[in-house]
Amino acid sequence: MQPDRDTSLAATVDAPPGWRSRFDSRNMLRWETGLAVVVIAIGILGVSTSSEFLTGNNIFNLGLQSGEIAIMALPMTLIIISGEIDLSVASIMGMSSAELGYLWGKHWPMLVIFLVILLVGVLAGAINGLLITRLGLPSLAVTIGTLGLYRGVANIILGPNTISNFPASYANIGVTGVFNSNVSFSAAVFIVLAVIFGVVLHFTPAGRSIYAMGASPEAAMFAGIRVKRIKTLLYIASGVICSLAGVLLTFRLSTSVNSNGLGLELDVVAVVLLGGVSIFGGKGTIVGVVLGVLAFAGIQNALLLTNFNQEAASIPVGGLLLISVFVPNLATLTGRIRSVIARRGKAAPSAIGTAHD
Amino acid sequence: MSDARTLAPPREPSDAPAEAGSRRLTERVFRVRETGIIVVLGLFVLVTAVIQPRFVSSSNIQFILVNTAVYALVALGETMVIITRNVDLSVQSVLALSAYLSAGLFGHVHGIPIPVVFAVGLGIGLAFGAANGLMVSLGRVPSLVVTLATLYIIQGIDILVVGGNEVVASSLPAGFVDIPNVTIFGIPWLAIAVAAVIGAGAYYLRSFRSGRELYAIGSNPDGARLAGVPVARRVFTAFTLCGGIAGVGGVLWAAQYQTINTSAGGTNFSLIVIASVVVGGVAIFGGSGSAVGAAIGALLLGTINVALDVLGISDFWDQAIAGFLLLLAITLDRGISVRLAAALRKRSARDAT
Repeated sequence: MQPDRDTSLAATVDAPPGWRSRFDSRNMLRWETGLAVVVIAIGILGVSTSSEFLTGNNIFNLGLQSGEIAIMALPMTLIIISGEIDLSVASIMGMSSAELGYLWGKHWPMLVIFLVILLVGVLAGAINGLLITRLGLPSLAVTIGTLGLYRGVANIILGPNTISNFPASYANIGVTGVFNSNVSFSAAVFIVLAVIFGVVLHFTPAGRSIYAMGASPEAAMFAGIRVKRIKTLLYIASGVICSLAGVLLTFRLSTSVNSNGLGLELDVVAVVLLGGVSIFGGKGTIVGVVLGVLAFAGIQNALLLTNFNQEAASIPVGGLLLISVFVPNLATLTGRIRSVIARRGKAAPSAIGTAHD
Repeated sequence: MSDARTLAPPREPSDAPAEAGSRRLTERVFRVRETGIIVVLGLFVLVTAVIQPRFVSSSNIQFILVNTAVYALVALGETMVIITRNVDLSVQSVLALSAYLSAGLFGHVHGIPIPVVFAVGLGIGLAFGAANGLMVSLGRVPSLVVTLATLYIIQGIDILVVGGNEVVASSLPAGFVDIPNVTIFGIPWLAIAVAAVIGAGAYYLRSFRSGRELYAIGSNPDGARLAGVPVARRVFTAFTLCGGIAGVGGVLWAAQYQTINTSAGGTNFSLIVIASVVVGGVAIFGGSGSAVGAAIGALLLGTINVALDVLGISDFWDQAIAGFLLLLAITLDRGISVRLAAALRKRSARDAT
């Protein structure tokens, strides 16, 4: 839950038509088209500045770098559309990575480890979901709490240790693609999951009810949608998928340390918002988020290839995020600025003020 | 809280005893809210001190106070923003950039007076805070998205500006690096100064008209607008002040840690500050809570950190315990507000008959 949400609910009830138009589906469609143009522009920029951009090797690296973030963005999309947020994703990832390292260090068989990680993922998601739905606590605060708690569990079980003696058959996912192609393993997982999440969100009753509860929780409840149950299930799905991302990250780096994935939660949220999903809930598409992932990964990769400081990629990402929130609202914004100027003019009469009146 | 707020207005103005009674009740609950966390803090200190008396030695208390100072200070700014039902995620990047740029001045301009450096840090913070405030208030777009974007942008600027460089301790004057060490009657000067600023902020929020209006905005933005509160201006002010405070926090961070590179503030500084604010009883939906509570929240998280150390429990536990405490705090807070709403409902039902 976002601090601003109630404002938006009020806005949908009695707002000037311009303000409402921001949430119009036609505008969202336009944002996704715009984003597609941005992605193509990034591609052209990448190709024109570096001959390596379109090589198979680079495409592999691109998928490798952003695969886990992209995977975690999928459940996050559904959660944000349902009107909530999950900031604990990177900590669940870190916790799963720590479990993998710890249990592997104890010589557990890999299959059993996977089962344990799956169960802990379910548990982590269920704790989030139950605190939010059954106790009615704000998800922003709850998941900041579990962000600390789950990262803390990773710290406790792994301590200062680093475990890196993973078998090559697993650690290979950081070196070669699926079936020796240029698609990294995490990118392949993302593609499969994106299709599944896209179908669930856009073509099933459950998906429609996620939109409904994001647009208006009360109306959704009175329409007979089991809001609490579906939200809990979304958090559980997020827990499981972030655990999976943690496993992929661990094998890719061939390293399990307690800081794995530290700070990635905001990247995941940024990718989803970049994809045109409304932070107020009720609006957004998987296609948009996939484009958001491509823009995010493309910008970072292009900057890496041009020897620009790659970490400064956060500037264009942040800029795009601002554009994503301002452009659909541009018409009302200019109107409001004009009215503020006009009001100022009236309070202290001046040529500009009277001209606007 | 929202239940309680929506229930309060229907009372008849002429119903004086009920009015006073429920105000007393509300006050009591608000007091309980801060008392609760003070009790937790007291118990924590007590238990730790019984097990390990060294914990309450003056040098250890000084250590806790100095280490908490920056968090508590930035929590004041964050409190103002959260009370208006907004959030500022960008404080950590403002702090990091301000720390590098302001402390870097000592190396570039020889003999620059320390107050000037603080003024520069404040200015940097105010500028970024104003940018956030302008976008949120005038654009009326969600603050979470805007400040997430500015967090990225400022972080990127920081990385470009700092590059591989760092401000090293040897370039800083003795008077500057001593700031965390100076004590008056055994109390760190820094802690007194920060406490004074927080006290001023708490007084502003509690007693000034514009301070009260921040609560009104957070309780019901549309209602506040209809009641004639200049919502955009107040939200803008809250963000600007929050940025300015984070800027000063950056200068203090530099004085404290002395080696300043891109990692100043740490990865999750913003979220830790928000956690302190929420642990301190400030509702994440805005409209309630106090600056003093937020400062005590920061102090509690800082104390836990040091206490575990003193008790010989590995550092690796403190994050889990802090996370658990945050969950406990918001759960208790929810319990209190549900009870408050029920009590008010009962009272108004009784008054109606």
